[in-house]
Amino acid sequence: MTTTSSPQAESDPVLARRRNIQSIAARSFGRRQLYSRVALAVCGVFLLMTLIPLVSVITYTAQRGLQAWSVSFFTKLPTPTGIPGGGIWNAIVGSLIIDAMAVAGAIPFGILGGLFLAESDGRIAGGIRFAADVMSGVPSIVLGIFAYIALVKTLGHFSAIAASFAIGVLMVPIIMRASETALRSVPRSLSEAGLALGARRAAVSRRVVLPAALPGLITSVLLALSRGVGETAPLLFTAIGSEYFSTSPVKPIAALPLVVYQDGIQAYSDLQTRAWGTAFFLVLLVLTLSIGSRLVAARLRRARR
Amino acid sequence: MPDGLYRGGLGAIAALFCVLITALVVTVAFQAASALNHFGLGFLVGTTWDPVHAHYGALPFIIGTLETTGIAMVLAVPIGLGTSMFLVHGIHGRIRAVLSTAVELLAAVPSVVYGLWALLVLAPWVRTIIEPALASITGGTGLFGGPQLGIGLLLAGLVLVVMVLPTMVAISRDVIAAVPDEQVEGAFALGATRWQVLWRVVLPSARTGLLGAVTLSMGRALGETIAVTMVIGNSTAIAHSLFSPSATLSSQIANQFTEATEPFHLSSLMALALILLVIAVIVNIAARLLVGSFGRDRSAASVAVL
Repeated sequence: MTTTSSPQAESDPVLARRRNIQSIAARSFGRRQLYSRVALAVCGVFLLMTLIPLVSVITYTAQRGLQAWSVSFFTKLPTPTGIPGGGIWNAIVGSLIIDAMAVAGAIPFGILGGLFLAESDGRIAGGIRFAADVMSGVPSIVLGIFAYIALVKTLGHFSAIAASFAIGVLMVPIIMRASETALRSVPRSLSEAGLALGARRAAVSRRVVLPAALPGLITSVLLALSRGVGETAPLLFTAIGSEYFSTSPVKPIAALPLVVYQDGIQAYSDLQTRAWGTAFFLVLLVLTLSIGSRLVAARLRRARR
Repeated sequence: MPDGLYRGGLGAIAALFCVLITALVVTVAFQAASALNHFGLGFLVGTTWDPVHAHYGALPFIIGTLETTGIAMVLAVPIGLGTSMFLVHGIHGRIRAVLSTAVELLAAVPSVVYGLWALLVLAPWVRTIIEPALASITGGTGLFGGPQLGIGLLLAGLVLVVMVLPTMVAISRDVIAAVPDEQVEGAFALGATRWQVLWRVVLPSARTGLLGAVTLSMGRALGETIAVTMVIGNSTAIAHSLFSPSATLSSQIANQFTEATEPFHLSSLMALALILLVIAVIVNIAARLLVGSFGRDRSAASVAVL
């Protein structure tokens, strides 16, 4: 803090008052600076408190998970409790089937819905946008119950397709909102050029806007997948899990998150080991999808520049 | 395809989405109807959950949900906001970018993994270190009384803290970073210290968005199912200590749904789901209205975090 001085300072009441304030500020500066340093240090400690448990989750899962990993862990079916060996092949296939069906159902709805939102600014679009945001906050277990009522109760048995329905419903708002952002970022001049050439709106969307936004659309689908793959609660009353190998969409099916949940809460160490191994696989899968979507988005941003 | 048909088709798909949401609410409400008709409003304040005598009340689970969410928010709000302030104004350059991305990525870790970690790693630690320490404060009575099991309300609250922090930090960091530079620089020019700028300028300016971030995280905590089910101990009695096993709306559904063979039992669980749905929708609407200002053009990454 430096005080300004000028010839007429002694006589000017405004300058005198300014000097007074500055001298007070200068006197308290050391105290305030100390207080600021302490407060920011506390914030730094909070950052550590955020990071340490999260890092512990990852490192512990990696450490315990790797002990469970072997070739047969990924290629064999589960063995009965107490019998060594066995793996999670059926759960890998099960998750693949559930999530592939879910994403196949969610992509058309999500992207076309996103296209609608990107092209509309009215009240209706605003309402749907809001509904999509609120929908993504609905607890996933409620979506599981919805799928149970809609597909398990009516078909009379648990099934992979019911699980896909629940996960798909979860993915739609994510794809919708993320693809809206991607589609909006396509320069208006591109679609206007198409329209000026006499193309219809549908043709402009299909030939110009959607291809231009493709990386962003891929990002949105990868994001939805990374959320869907790890969801457990919607699978509890739909896929329900299985010790057997199944590729049928209308039969109960095993899934990676269900293995972690159902084996993790057992008191047998071989089941817990299998839970850790599966959990680590799941973490790597989700992080790969998540990082992949970021890389695609980052490439998109660079290309735009 | 004619323009009218194209616009109509897109509109129809968007409308279908609204039909889906309506169907979700209506079907759950319809399934819950028989339990709600039988018990009336008494269902909300009923304290027993007794499948043998077909007597059901939701109060223990409503309380359990509020308690776990309460523990989570009391700890997560200061830690999360402090972390965000530090990420935006405390550190710079590469470390900031790396730490920000790390926190965001951790939001993607499935909740079942947090649950496994809490059950097998955190629980023993809570039982042997945290619970005895807390019990010694009150002399083993009141809030910190009763047997120290590790598993229970406290552990469920703690795992929720860990789980909601990435969400809260990711949103509130964006909100804090969105405070105009002119305001921040103006405050510095007046001789304010870093903390004074944060506390007197940045926080008040970002207030609404931060409240939204907190509310959204609260919505997450309210509805979290798997991790809580794994560590809360699943007791249907109202807890009288933070160490007691308890249950939340979602954990009770997850725990009993496949065992519920009686139509009435199933309907009561659906009624719990309806209560959960209503609470979650209200909290989320409030949050979206608060965060609203940066609602439309969010980055793709933050869509997933939210």
